[in-house]
Amino acid sequence: MRRRDGTAKTLAMLAMAAVMVVHGHFALAQNAPVSPTAIANSYVEAPHNWQLWFPVAASPMQAKIDWLMKYVLWIMTAVVGFVGVLMAYVMFRFRAGRNPKPSQTTHNTLIEVIWIVVPCIILAIIIIPSINLIYYEANDSDPYMTVTVTGHQWYWEYKYDSVPGLDYTSYMIPDNEIKPGEIRRLSVDHPLVLPVGEKIRFVITSADVLHGFYLPSLGVQKYAIPGTDQTSWTLIEKPGTYFGQCNQICGLNHDAMPIEIKAVPLQDYLAWTKTALANYTDNTVSQPLSSPMPRNQLADATR
Amino acid sequence: MSITADDHALVDHGHHKKSFVARWLMSTNHKDIGTLYITMAFIGGCFGGVLSMIMRQQLMYPHNDIITNGDTWNAIITAHGLIMIFWFVMPALIGGMGNWFVPMMIGAPDMAFPRLNNMSFWFLAAGFIFVMLGLFLDSGTGAGWTLYPPLDNAQYSPGVATDFSLFSLHLAGISSLLGAINFIATILNMRAPGMTMHKMPLFCWAILVTAFLLLLAIPVLAGAVTMLIMDRNFGTSFFEPSGGGDPVLFQHLFWFFGHPEVYIMILPAFGIISHVVSTFSKKPIFGYLGMAYAMVIIGFVGFVVWAHHMFVSAISTDSKIYFEVATLVIAVPTGIKVFSWIATMWGGSIEFKTPMLWAIGFIFLFVIGGATGVVLANAGLDQELHNDYFLIAHFHYVLSMGAAFAIFAGFYFWIGKMSGHQYPEFWGKVHFWTFFIGVNLTFFPQHFLGLAGMPRRYPDYADAFAGWNFVSSVGSMVSGLSTLVFFYVLYAVFTSKEKLADNYWGEGATTLEWAVPSPAPHHTFEDVPIIR
Repeated sequence: MRRRDGTAKTLAMLAMAAVMVVHGHFALAQNAPVSPTAIANSYVEAPHNWQLWFPVAASPMQAKIDWLMKYVLWIMTAVVGFVGVLMAYVMFRFRAGRNPKPSQTTHNTLIEVIWIVVPCIILAIIIIPSINLIYYEANDSDPYMTVTVTGHQWYWEYKYDSVPGLDYTSYMIPDNEIKPGEIRRLSVDHPLVLPVGEKIRFVITSADVLHGFYLPSLGVQKYAIPGTDQTSWTLIEKPGTYFGQCNQICGLNHDAMPIEIKAVPLQDYLAWTKTALANYTDNTVSQPLSSPMPRNQLADATR
Repeated sequence: MSITADDHALVDHGHHKKSFVARWLMSTNHKDIGTLYITMAFIGGCFGGVLSMIMRQQLMYPHNDIITNGDTWNAIITAHGLIMIFWFVMPALIGGMGNWFVPMMIGAPDMAFPRLNNMSFWFLAAGFIFVMLGLFLDSGTGAGWTLYPPLDNAQYSPGVATDFSLFSLHLAGISSLLGAINFIATILNMRAPGMTMHKMPLFCWAILVTAFLLLLAIPVLAGAVTMLIMDRNFGTSFFEPSGGGDPVLFQHLFWFFGHPEVYIMILPAFGIISHVVSTFSKKPIFGYLGMAYAMVIIGFVGFVVWAHHMFVSAISTDSKIYFEVATLVIAVPTGIKVFSWIATMWGGSIEFKTPMLWAIGFIFLFVIGGATGVVLANAGLDQELHNDYFLIAHFHYVLSMGAAFAIFAGFYFWIGKMSGHQYPEFWGKVHFWTFFIGVNLTFFPQHFLGLAGMPRRYPDYADAFAGWNFVSSVGSMVSGLSTLVFFYVLYAVFTSKEKLADNYWGEGATTLEWAVPSPAPHHTFEDVPIIR
């Protein structure tokens, strides 16, 4: 019953999404005010059922992670395959029925040296590109803009350092308020709007407990730690919608604080920042950070 | 190796005169205490297993309604982690099989400090009550087994549940620490004449290295937990940024304990697998010294890799590189172990009895878990994989398949020696194959969920993760049914009338426990055995 509902819902969502795409283009063509939900819904990078691999890389960092993952995983698959074949052979060749008299060999210096040296070589082959990736990921210098991301129980706060006063919160859309075109447990009320093609630095921190700022399709992940500013960066390559989730246990609604990013062309982003200040007044953090949304309010709304 | 004592003259005296209370509550006998530990592990394993079944039922469908409260969910995942580690794997491998077989294997009459041994067990039993209170009181302890502050400080986890869980770690820690001291004293001082360190069975080497790891790691956990308790109750701010403290400090202290802890769980497993592989290949272990010192190296390097659990926490680039390289180095001694097991089988005359099936399953699945471990050790990749289901799959391959398979290998290998009755071979094999299918079905699809980006510790998830979660939950039900087969095996063992020979495995089994009757008498050696 549940799944049949799901299928019907999916079909309805697809239909509505198609309508919205057409409508969105129409609205843009008429030079209507830019709203983050109307733009950039042509491409959506969200997880899909029976997915077997990483999301499609949307940033050069994730592309490099994807490459290294394949590189290391192929090497390790070969190692596991080798051990598996060796074990299968031993189990077949030296089973009691076929080899009733066991040998008593307990040493072979050559083979013992080989199985120390060969793994060392394999590790060296892995370590070299791996260390390059660490340096690449750490290089957050010369960004076009910086967004300060603050984790709260249980929502995210985005502060645009280059747009004075632009500081708003982003809550998950509760399950019972999901509208067609939105993705349950991933869509939010106010997504993080970012320009494509520009280097964006994230300063990640927390106002209460640990959270995890995790964007799988961009290859970004850092704990949000109270009292500490962590940095990471991204460069989104094409306009679209990208998702992430909180990835460090943070209490009651740990599973209900996703991250949604709308990546738009730079001029659309700049246009958006002009209207965003006015549009987000109702959503700007006006209350002290130490008194977030009442503990059970979101819980009641989400379940 | 042989012993000169006339082992058949051993008489079983002493315990039959004692009342139930005197024998089981005040025991100073290593075998009785070992039995108590194994009973504890059985209770802990069943309880932790039931918790995992509940979790998998909840995760079977998105938006499921078995657990509708996030706090309840967090309490369950926390209790599952703590119970499986401290009240299943550790008592089964170290307290249980370690107590039973280390003194016998080294030709000692008992443990060095029998009363301390009793105390170790009862601290652990008390700790189990505390961890249960931590699960059931208030809304439970919801910080995950890693207990990271600030989530478990007084502001975000008010109520006594978290205090009980923290004290349960103190009790389990004291238990492990006293046990470790006991094992070190026993192994270093009470070996029979002729049993030099380099003749000592590998299981004893494994327990010795494990005991040193416990001795050095547990005090650090105790310090961290004490600071957490003080932050919660006495207004200190060791981990509070507002008072000049640092939550990252806790992560360092926790993993300085937590990483050796994973070797504490797997080294005794290595020891058991070595004996099983050697026995059923009817060959002495290949590269004995390499095997023993590989464990020493794993134990040593295991202490200097802890921050690989913190690659996305506050950690510098240079530290990432160091911890990545140091972590990868552990693959080398681990490789020595795996290849030496295969070399032990090479040229052997392999009998696929139930313990051997578990051992072979262990080796292969542990290699898979080790391979994903090498992947995760890459700090650059960990930025994508940290805390997602790929990690969950990895550590369940080394624990749920690694440590658990070794526990079952040890159980089937030694149950005749412990109980005097053999297990039913057919049902043992049914248990193995159903469990093998169940755990692989449960955990292999979790690699895909992780690659797709599903975070851990979520009671509800985006609908796109539904497919593999369903498969995983079906797998957990197969494992659950498999455990019912195990219950039948236990029933069959304890109702069996069959008498067993001293050495019921034959020529392959060469360690000292096979020279005494089955079941092993209450006092193993009436005279000191001489090892030539």
